[in-house]
Amino acid sequence: MRTIYVGEITKNIKEMCIEANYFLSQDMDAAMKHAVSIEKAPLGRQILSQLQENLQIAGKDMIPICQDTGMAVVFLEIGQEVHLEGGLLEDAVNEGVRQGYTEGYLRKSVVKDPLERENTKDNTPAVIHYEIVKGDTLTITVAPKGFGSENMSRIFMLKPADGIEGVKQAILTAVKDAGPNACPPMVVGVGIGGTFEKCALMAKKALTRKTGSHAETPYVKAMEEELLQKINGLGIGPGGLGGTVTALAVHIETYPTHIAGLPVAVNICCHVNRHVTRVL
Amino acid sequence: MDKHIHTPMTEKKARELRAGDYVYITGTIYTARDAAHKRMQETLAAGERLPIDVRDAIIYYMGPSPAREGRPIGSAGPTTASRMDKYAPKLLSLGLRGMIGKGKRSSEVLEAICANGAVYFAAVGGAGALLSKSIVASELVAYEDLGTEAIRRLEVVDFPVIVVADTEGNNLYETAIKEYASQTTV
Repeated sequence: MRTIYVGEITKNIKEMCIEANYFLSQDMDAAMKHAVSIEKAPLGRQILSQLQENLQIAGKDMIPICQDTGMAVVFLEIGQEVHLEGGLLEDAVNEGVRQGYTEGYLRKSVVKDPLERENTKDNTPAVIHYEIVKGDTLTITVAPKGFGSENMSRIFMLKPADGIEGVKQAILTAVKDAGPNACPPMVVGVGIGGTFEKCALMAKKALTRKTGSHAETPYVKAMEEELLQKINGLGIGPGGLGGTVTALAVHIETYPTHIAGLPVAVNICCHVNRHVTRVL
Repeated sequence: MDKHIHTPMTEKKARELRAGDYVYITGTIYTARDAAHKRMQETLAAGERLPIDVRDAIIYYMGPSPAREGRPIGSAGPTTASRMDKYAPKLLSLGLRGMIGKGKRSSEVLEAICANGAVYFAAVGGAGALLSKSIVASELVAYEDLGTEAIRRLEVVDFPVIVVADTEGNNLYETAIKEYASQTTV
């Protein structure tokens, strides 16, 4: 048994909220630089170079990369040998978000009730996903999610008879409909299988994978590659103003499902795709 | 084509712009997004005056991140315009001349743009740090309780935007995508 004090979690989450919003992660940085080198449209290249300039200004002058600093999505993978002390885990996470968004000059974008819509003024609560795993460490991933792209995400409850072609069509449809709204070039997170909520969660978690990494299952990897090519053939391009780089990566996660079902969730993220992971 | 315009944006200036033009705006623009548009609609429905004069004005769909000490504004990029589609035709009928945002508009808005002689501009989504450099002053005008969604008056210098929808009914999102589409079936 290993003891972790929840105050450590608060401190790390505060720092991670700030880091994610001011500095592009290394994997996303590499993907964006690669995009500049392969984009064929002149306006597309101009937009990608503006996004490079934007990243430099963000880090140098400490201005958030995007004004939509997101709703904080936090994944906690808690080793079952870990013992937490010093307070409630949920409170510790939300306190980290509160401190990060307040002290980090990040936008407060969360409303207390979906219909009454009063701003909570400190960007809490976070959306927290807990997972109990092997070992004595705690892995925290903070992924602040902007809603320009979140709003364009989709879930499709397909029939088994729709098969792999139906799945590909669903993903392409979601990306085409998202178009300029989702701040392309985007990262496309996909969940296939499980239940309604399981496939949505897989799609979200897929966005936190190292950008451009592939699934281990050969046919899933092949689908990721084929879909990236097809998505980039849609012509949407950087900013949705035409071009050959519409997506930077397609990440697909799969899970066993029911004999009657084929759920597919598509969670779309913009070109910032913020995600920071730390292991305590 | 690169063009420079100064506010106020008259109908004549709007009619000279074409989809695909790269435009640098200098002068005064206003911010308003979801909640401020809802309030403005309620104000008009109650027969009261709007807190800003929308005639020949440009509204920027944007809610900034907080400004650090000594700076006019924080990160300041566009939000998705389609959420304001419900409210835009009424404001266009009152003389609103320009809207800055990102993403597609409804057919009702595109028709109102043509009918009233206005323009829809896109700013680069996710370039809030870069765009903030073109904003030299920011002043709260109305609805302070809405926080980031309050209406602000911005002074901008060479604020970079691209004309998406013009007075002739051209739509850059549709034409530019066709040019680079090799995947025509979905």
